[in-house]
Amino acid sequence: MSERRTITLTVNGQPRDATVETRLTLVDLLREELRLTGTHVGCEHGVCGACTVLVDGEAVRGCLLLAVQADGRHVETVEGLAPDPAHLNALQTELVRHHGVQCGFCTGGILMSLTAMLRDTPRPSEAGIRETLAGHLCRCTGYQGMVDAVLALVAAR
Amino acid sequence: MIANASRTPEGGYIGAPMPRREDARLLTGRGTFVDDLPMPGVAHAAMVRSPHAHARIRRIDAAATRALPGVLAVVTAADIADIDKPWPARMPSPVPGTRLRHGARHTLPRDTVRHAGEVVAAVVAESRALAEDACELIQVEYEPLPAVASAAAALAPGAPLVYEELGDNVAVHIVQRVGNPERAFATAAHTLRETFRVMRGGSHSMEGRGVVARYDEALDGFTVWDATQAPHAVRTMLAYLFDLPEHRVRVIAPPDVGGGLGPKASVYPEEALVCWLARHLRRPVKWIEDRHEHFVSAAQEREQVHEIEIAFDGEGRLLALRDVFTHDIGMYGALVAPVITACTVPGPYRIPNIYSEVRAAYTTLQPSGAVRGAGRPQGVLVMERMMDRLAEALDLDPAEVRARNLIPADAFPYEVGMWFRDGARLTYDSGNYPELLRRALERADYAGARREQARLRAQGRHRGIGVAICVEGVGLGPFEGAILRLDGRGRVVVTSGAPPQGQGYQTAFAQIAADAVGVRFEDVDVVTGDTGAIPYGIGSFASRVTANAGPAILQAGGALREKILAIGAHLLEAAPADLEIVDGALGVRGLPDRRVPLAQVARLANGGVAFGMIMPAGLQVGLEASAYFTPSQAGYSASAHVCILDVDAETGEVTIVRYVVGHDCGNVINPLLVEGQILGGVAHGLSNALYEEAIFDEQGQSLASSFLDYPLPSAREMPRVEMFHLTTPSPLNPLGVKGAGEAGTLPVTAAVAGAVEDALRPFGVRVNRMPLNPARISDLIHAATGSS
Amino acid sequence: MKPPPFRYVDPTTVEEALALLARHGADARVLAGGQSLMPLLNFRLARPAHVIDVNRLDALGAIAPAADGGLRLGALARQRALERSALVRERCPLLAQALPLVGHPQIRARGTLGGSLAHADPAAELPAAMVALEARLTLRRAGGERTVAAGDFFVGLLTTALAPDELLTEIQLPSWPARTGSGVREVAKRHGDFALGGVAATLTLDGQGRVARARIVGFGVGPVPVRMVEAERALAGGAPTPAALAEAGRLASAAVDPPDDIHASAAYRRRLAGVLATRALTDALASATGRAA
Repeated sequence: MSERRTITLTVNGQPRDATVETRLTLVDLLREELRLTGTHVGCEHGVCGACTVLVDGEAVRGCLLLAVQADGRHVETVEGLAPDPAHLNALQTELVRHHGVQCGFCTGGILMSLTAMLRDTPRPSEAGIRETLAGHLCRCTGYQGMVDAVLALVAAR
Repeated sequence: MIANASRTPEGGYIGAPMPRREDARLLTGRGTFVDDLPMPGVAHAAMVRSPHAHARIRRIDAAATRALPGVLAVVTAADIADIDKPWPARMPSPVPGTRLRHGARHTLPRDTVRHAGEVVAAVVAESRALAEDACELIQVEYEPLPAVASAAAALAPGAPLVYEELGDNVAVHIVQRVGNPERAFATAAHTLRETFRVMRGGSHSMEGRGVVARYDEALDGFTVWDATQAPHAVRTMLAYLFDLPEHRVRVIAPPDVGGGLGPKASVYPEEALVCWLARHLRRPVKWIEDRHEHFVSAAQEREQVHEIEIAFDGEGRLLALRDVFTHDIGMYGALVAPVITACTVPGPYRIPNIYSEVRAAYTTLQPSGAVRGAGRPQGVLVMERMMDRLAEALDLDPAEVRARNLIPADAFPYEVGMWFRDGARLTYDSGNYPELLRRALERADYAGARREQARLRAQGRHRGIGVAICVEGVGLGPFEGAILRLDGRGRVVVTSGAPPQGQGYQTAFAQIAADAVGVRFEDVDVVTGDTGAIPYGIGSFASRVTANAGPAILQAGGALREKILAIGAHLLEAAPADLEIVDGALGVRGLPDRRVPLAQVARLANGGVAFGMIMPAGLQVGLEASAYFTPSQAGYSASAHVCILDVDAETGEVTIVRYVVGHDCGNVINPLLVEGQILGGVAHGLSNALYEEAIFDEQGQSLASSFLDYPLPSAREMPRVEMFHLTTPSPLNPLGVKGAGEAGTLPVTAAVAGAVEDALRPFGVRVNRMPLNPARISDLIHAATGSS
Repeated sequence: MKPPPFRYVDPTTVEEALALLARHGADARVLAGGQSLMPLLNFRLARPAHVIDVNRLDALGAIAPAADGGLRLGALARQRALERSALVRERCPLLAQALPLVGHPQIRARGTLGGSLAHADPAAELPAAMVALEARLTLRRAGGERTVAAGDFFVGLLTTALAPDELLTEIQLPSWPARTGSGVREVAKRHGDFALGGVAATLTLDGQGRVARARIVGFGVGPVPVRMVEAERALAGGAPTPAALAEAGRLASAAVDPPDDIHASAAYRRRLAGVLATRALTDALASATGRAA
């Protein structure tokens, strides 16, 4: 049994405490301890991007961070983007309009990467959008609906 | 295409690009994938997997695990003797006179492992990490045996036997013949012969497999949450293994499954193990496949090697086809892909004489099944490559050569002459291949592209154009069912067996039901994938669900509407023909104050309290209708792709300049969803063409078992895909629908292979092997030009 | 795929980190960005008894100008921070060109310069760039420090000069000479993947437009970054004509003895080294002279 530590972090604006094994990854902390299951685990070696969350505003792999490394940090997950399914934000709304979601497993991570990108670059080009999405794998959609959703969002601004 | 929640101009929902109801929960992190489900008290399973492709198990020693706190159970084959029944063969051969031979397979191997990654023991602990710690403490003594790591190795004389009792490694040998191919080849003006190697790969749905089982001691039964494409098949297997009646094994595919693509339609040992462990521990047990496990134990499609020959006349018209190929079926497999390949090769062409022969071989590799396309991409590739070679031989344009051979639009239904994988004669139901090809070429400005190619070639740039057209068997039976009810809230609840993995059934089924019953789309709920809610189902694979479940919903919906109107006629004292359903209420046409909300209709009819304890004579109560639809045969969609690309001859890199897709899947329930399926399919096809490759060494070890070695294209690799649709409705079901789930994948490797070979024609490069990656392309150029 | 158990320590000072390395070094792994180590832990391919997390050592994250006009980069500088740094763009164009090729933005958000160098993947861009830049690396241990040239740092496949009790703390980049251009070219199966082969190159021109100095380093073509010395010498003193650059490419090709693996044949990698050397040099020439290639 590996050792444990107690950590405090902010998740979607809420302070959360947890006592965890030091080998527990951030994504497993979010899913198992905090029951925020909107972020998924797809590969555990940093390629698929399904586990992507924002830590202090940066999109990072939740499977490549230990939970203890998030102590004192501000974490944002897909659950924090909209108050509830009836009130989607503009990015989520465009993804619906452009059919950018099929099975939904990769969606949480992609939303976080796109959210960080749009904060940084409110008017990205198609190339820039694809560059951000390049850190994500989707086996269902071919990505075109996602790209079109962001382009539409940008055009509407 | 942009979603639009309005009804079509005709006033219905079928055909409208309705936005998906699934999206809101998925976009807000409220999806319910199997590992997301709250399951208090659940314990976690991990598997001990064989490192050897072929070995005897001499001894398994788990003593060291007992010292590890948090470990709850460790099991090997000996421990699960009570469910140690041999697994039945996956599927009989659909071709009369042939048989899938299969060796004994059990949930856990007793003495022989037959693929690297096969489960030999299972551990349950308080956490997955602990379970994995325990797995490492289990000592397994193996006596390695020679591996058989390809179909060629398996079929070679003297090959080690995968199953001794079979005497050789041939899983099935199927020959099909149409006309007189021998004479046609002997007398033809021209023949061409080639060998092609096609490798596919794994599913790599973003969610792997996963299953949670709960044992109910009072009922002596299981509830199993399973990320499966075929819950009824899983239920049947579990009922068989555990000796339970089917109604005490409930298998539920959660409302959200993260992609299936084929391998989740197989049944696996882990599903039975998790149930056994849950019963043993009297606690829910969960096993979630990790990516490495998916690489080494989920079903795949691997290599086929085709020797294909065509005979043709001086005008390029096909006279005969001979295709002899091998297929690696792994250590256990469904007889799906190889039969489908054989039947896909003739494609959209008129070929009066056909000889088809396939040997599927057992190997000591992980089980094979179907991966999006299920054998069709390989068939399309070899035929389309031959059409390109034919064009080259006669110095004809490759698109023109195809056009000359296409089955004309007035020739339907068209009998190819072979047996298809559903056990029926291969008969194309409807289609217009010449128009599909013509429009694809027009959309891609083929003539302009050829001119541009010539111009670029003069500048020393390597532009290539590939064309591929194919037919896709879809919608095969035997059936899917639908139960429709009007419940006490006034909502229509549609229950169907086939579960979604992202196809949008909650939306598409609601569209069909809304039109069939005549209610609003928003008044329909859809429930899928629960064997406890609908007793019979087949599953979501082979692009079959819309063509099977769709008509079932239509039929049941119509029947439900009649029942509603019959009840309403009594309630409103009017003739059923004078009634209408508008805005959630039943009323008399033209009399706005004679209305009853549907909720009330349902409560009265389902609870029986309208008329006291005696119902009026002849009244059908219980507002439910069910229907199972069986198509008489599979339907046939068609696609035509045009791929325009550049090859950097120095580095071998490919840049796709333009990609055009033309698609005909008959009538369309929701064009937004169909477009999404095609785009996803094209991405998968491009991955097979240029990126992913399942590579095994001669010891049967996977050499590409992480995403670092197994590339899948991202948004940066994907070109923008242009798409158009043609519609030739299917006569096989009242909706006129075919299937679209795999279509995007089928012709891509062919179109890309053709385009790369076309681009490198000045070098004399021959593309006979897929996938193509920069190193392989560069090596081809240098082999062809003789430099190094 | 869950990591095996380990003792986790996150020192708050460099001295503390060094003391831990002195005590446990042989059986410890340093956790910086985690983008290389965490997959190894998740796959259980690495099983250290101790994981020493150096992310709290803020002092090691600095991106600072050096007095001589070069750069002093803390080993813990995040790749994304380096990518965004105007100072890096200004003072070390080669590094600015190499960074976008490293993985994806989500990887670079955590990945560090020092981590990439210490991991020493043969197909990684940053080690080759450091060799081309003739960077100097500071290695510290409890009770001492030493500086190693980048060219001497990479000693074998995934092996560096770091002793088990040493920590890479700083990378010094010399000032960027006048009339110097650079280029990084690679071929990977997908954007962001490790390279099948790549070349990082700088070209410094003299007042007459001849090549004063060239540095050409291949990656993905051997167990360590390969300095293509013959090609560099052939260019020095001559005019950087297309023929000269093509010849440099041929010499670059001859300088490598690449591996054969499931991703590419040795023959391909050898050819690729030459093609990419010529292309990287062409880019370098264009940026040295200020003309578009």
